[in-house]
Amino acid sequence: MTTGQIGQAGAAPPPPTEKAARKSADKDFIGANPITPYVFMAPYLVLFLIFVLIPVVYGFWISLHNFDYLLPGKPWVGLQNYADLFTPNSTTSGPFWNSMEATGKFTLFSVPLLVIIPLLLALLLNQDFRGRTFFRAAYFAPYVLGVAVVGILWRFLLSPNIGLVNFYLGQLGLRDDIPWTTALPWGWVALVGPTVWWTLGFNTVIYLAGLQDINQELYDAAAVDGANRWQRFLNVTLPGLRPVLLFIVTVTILASANVFGQAYLITQGAPGEETTTAIMYIAETGLRQFNMGAAAAMSYILALFLMLISIANFAFFRQREE
Amino acid sequence: MAQAPAPADVKTNRRSARQRAKLILWYAALILLTLVFVLPLLWMLSTSFKTDPESTRWPLTWIPRDFSLQGYAEIFNTTSQTPVLRWFLNSLVAAVAHSALVLVTAAPAAYALARMHFRGKRLMFAVIISTLFVPHIILITPNYLIVDTFGWLDSLLAVIVPSVPTAIYIFLLRQFFVSLPRELEEAALLDGANRYQIFFRIILPLSKAPLATVVVLSFLQNWNDFLWPIYVLFNPPHLTLQPGLSILQGAYEVRYPVIMAGGVLASIPVLIIFIFAQRYIIEGVSRSGLKG
Repeated sequence: MTTGQIGQAGAAPPPPTEKAARKSADKDFIGANPITPYVFMAPYLVLFLIFVLIPVVYGFWISLHNFDYLLPGKPWVGLQNYADLFTPNSTTSGPFWNSMEATGKFTLFSVPLLVIIPLLLALLLNQDFRGRTFFRAAYFAPYVLGVAVVGILWRFLLSPNIGLVNFYLGQLGLRDDIPWTTALPWGWVALVGPTVWWTLGFNTVIYLAGLQDINQELYDAAAVDGANRWQRFLNVTLPGLRPVLLFIVTVTILASANVFGQAYLITQGAPGEETTTAIMYIAETGLRQFNMGAAAAMSYILALFLMLISIANFAFFRQREE
Repeated sequence: MAQAPAPADVKTNRRSARQRAKLILWYAALILLTLVFVLPLLWMLSTSFKTDPESTRWPLTWIPRDFSLQGYAEIFNTTSQTPVLRWFLNSLVAAVAHSALVLVTAAPAAYALARMHFRGKRLMFAVIISTLFVPHIILITPNYLIVDTFGWLDSLLAVIVPSVPTAIYIFLLRQFFVSLPRELEEAALLDGANRYQIFFRIILPLSKAPLATVVVLSFLQNWNDFLWPIYVLFNPPHLTLQPGLSILQGAYEVRYPVIMAGGVLASIPVLIIFIFAQRYIIEGVSRSGLKG
């Protein structure tokens, strides 16, 4: 009954003095029941408080202690955990900075590929042709898989003796015994290649949305001015994509800096610890060896790096929203 | 009509031999690329139906010569140390519960933030959105201890609840609610409806697409989550599928049909969802930048 009434009312023209009505409407809501907004917010806020806000502070508190989950005493050590990370011969600093270096290398290798190849793909898909939705879906498909599936699948595909990749390299007359998952520099290919395969579609879709936002008239005007295809790309497409490009670069750097599952499953940190990434080292230190104080400190150091990138990302997000 | 790759140079309608050649090349390139993305998945499927020896044999075979269901028999064996079917059900329960929780918590909150006036609103919104750039890694150690305090370690609650308050869903939904015309609510209000009625009877029915996007994305996120469940779930019967796959890889080492059968099982739900909810996933992704 109420639904019917509301439906009809909704179709009616808005009241004449719109602004006054809106004001009184808000007032009515507040006047009617000031608690209502908090009822709407409460379920989310409770979870947000427990699992996001408190942990951010609690994590820092943990980092100020020699916090071993398995031991009863968790003595206060101040900033010692942080200091250790910057002391060359401490137990944590070596492996930690090695893992940071691995993450840095992975990011350096993967980001350019994940910025450029999807742009080319998006340009390819942004034409008017039969089946473009199908091709877009096909390129995006791996992205919906979990990293665990990607990991076990590529460890198999890249297996040195029986893998599909080496088999076809052999068929092409190339070396067919490349130790992808157990030696460098192959290990980097084994991490970066599957990552590109897995997440390419994500960036492509964002580029495509960006390309569709570019005013078609600009292309027409450029064509009238006699610009060739390359000139149109340089002077219309690239400037039009600038915000999207910035967004993709920052988001991709962040995702790459968080790399975990690929290294955990494909190279398993091999050959030694060279491909053990920062997230992997922190998680193993805190949640496997239960050296939580040190792990928390490391996570804040890593977070500092990531947040600087994220803030740039968010500033850009807002700019895009406007 | 299929178009040549560069619509801007369609100066002549006559399709010359050269244009036809170009078109063929065009599709050849697209299909080749498609193979790069699809063949690894087909290889996983093919291997899952092979016998152990055939799965590691060179020259390799795309169509299993000795078709075998051994891999699947192994993973459906619930008494083994790798009860994959059980993991599958655990994952399903967790992902459904997770996305339902996301929906019932994020939708009302996003609506309040979009449309209501109340003390502390600006601060709440600012704090929630600012966590978009809090890296997940700093939450895992404290959340491990918090989950432990609740007695949730090694239970599905540990993988269902902590990731529910993710700012991105609030962001997506609020964006949508803000864009709805206010007149609908005002008219309903004049008719005597209260906020709850307006939310449930007007706003939610109008928001099916963004709500579907949130449900699908949060389901996928939870189904695919790997880092957190490998540390908070321990006993084989309690695992979800993604950490389970990692156990499977360790336990079966070179018995690839078994491992790949597990991979196929983990991929089927998400690929089905992708086929049917492609629009929501791709739209959600191009609007948000939800990643990793």
